[in-house]
Amino acid sequence: MSAAHSADPHHVGHGGHGGGRRHNVGSGQDGPASKRIIVSYGFWIFLLSDIVMFSAFFAAYAVLASATAGGPSGRQLFDLTNVAIETGCLLLSSFACGMASIGALLGSVRIFQIAMAVTFALGAIFLGLELKEFAGLIAQGAGPQRSAFLSAFFSLVGCHGLHVTVGLLWLLTMMAQVWAKGFRDDIKRRILCFNLFWHALDIIWVAVFTVVYLLGAAV
Amino acid sequence: MSEHYNDLAPGDDGSDEGGVRGEVITYLVGLVLATGLSAASFLLPLTGLVYVPALPVALVVMAIAQMGVHLVFFLHITTGPDNTNNVLALAFGVLIVFLIMAGSLWIMANLNHNMLPMTQIMKMQR
Repeated sequence: MSAAHSADPHHVGHGGHGGGRRHNVGSGQDGPASKRIIVSYGFWIFLLSDIVMFSAFFAAYAVLASATAGGPSGRQLFDLTNVAIETGCLLLSSFACGMASIGALLGSVRIFQIAMAVTFALGAIFLGLELKEFAGLIAQGAGPQRSAFLSAFFSLVGCHGLHVTVGLLWLLTMMAQVWAKGFRDDIKRRILCFNLFWHALDIIWVAVFTVVYLLGAAV
Repeated sequence: MSEHYNDLAPGDDGSDEGGVRGEVITYLVGLVLATGLSAASFLLPLTGLVYVPALPVALVVMAIAQMGVHLVFFLHITTGPDNTNNVLALAFGVLIVFLIMAGSLWIMANLNHNMLPMTQIMKMQR
């Protein structure tokens, strides 16, 4: 297997494997792709549609960022230290989530559950910091009704926060399912989808902290 | 071994010993790169290393680089054959996101530019 691989890593030749091994799975050479590839493809399409939806929120925010209606601007409101801590939490939780998927790969319930617990804790810290920030803004009279800028800010960042909340609930569900049912094939596919979801949330957060916080505070 | 892995679909398992080790290394490399880019994004405005009007471009470039890192090292998007569909879908998604963002900004900037100042609109309504 590895010999054929190193000679032709991208399967340009397509031949020589015989027996239909999984080298060419999904490339139309060896019959239908495995269920895991089809499931992750379908979920990937969903994630992309989610990202397209976020892009509309981003566009609204970018258009309205200067429409402060005489109210406070991002420069006066944003606390970048808080945002940096949030970023660190989410990045590490993404990494822990990857470790959980490796735990599932190894079939080790212990590694999986510990890594998922760490993922949950970091995600919860992120959510707590975000809610604290929102509460602080509303307390100082900079709630979503203050200006178009703040409406766009709360809907964009709030939408991401909502996704994280849903992700945390899903995470607990996966922990419970593995605890009750073990690493069945369908459970493994759900773990895979959860992984994709959690990593995609981190990608959206990269866009949020750059477009909203860093550009808002610097420019 | 690492070649072997580059051909896997998102989250696909190597299901052999070397696979797991390489997988951990992939995540570690991704974590280091992403942390570096995030830290650079946060620190750059403070250091004053970049000419201030160029700062937005620098920040956007680093954000796009970090998204690339996440896609490759965490979501395992590759150029492998069983990943072709994922890459094509991603390309389409990027196109739509670009159209929505650039289109909105362009059209709204034009509208703002061509709109009368608020004071004059008020006068006309009298």
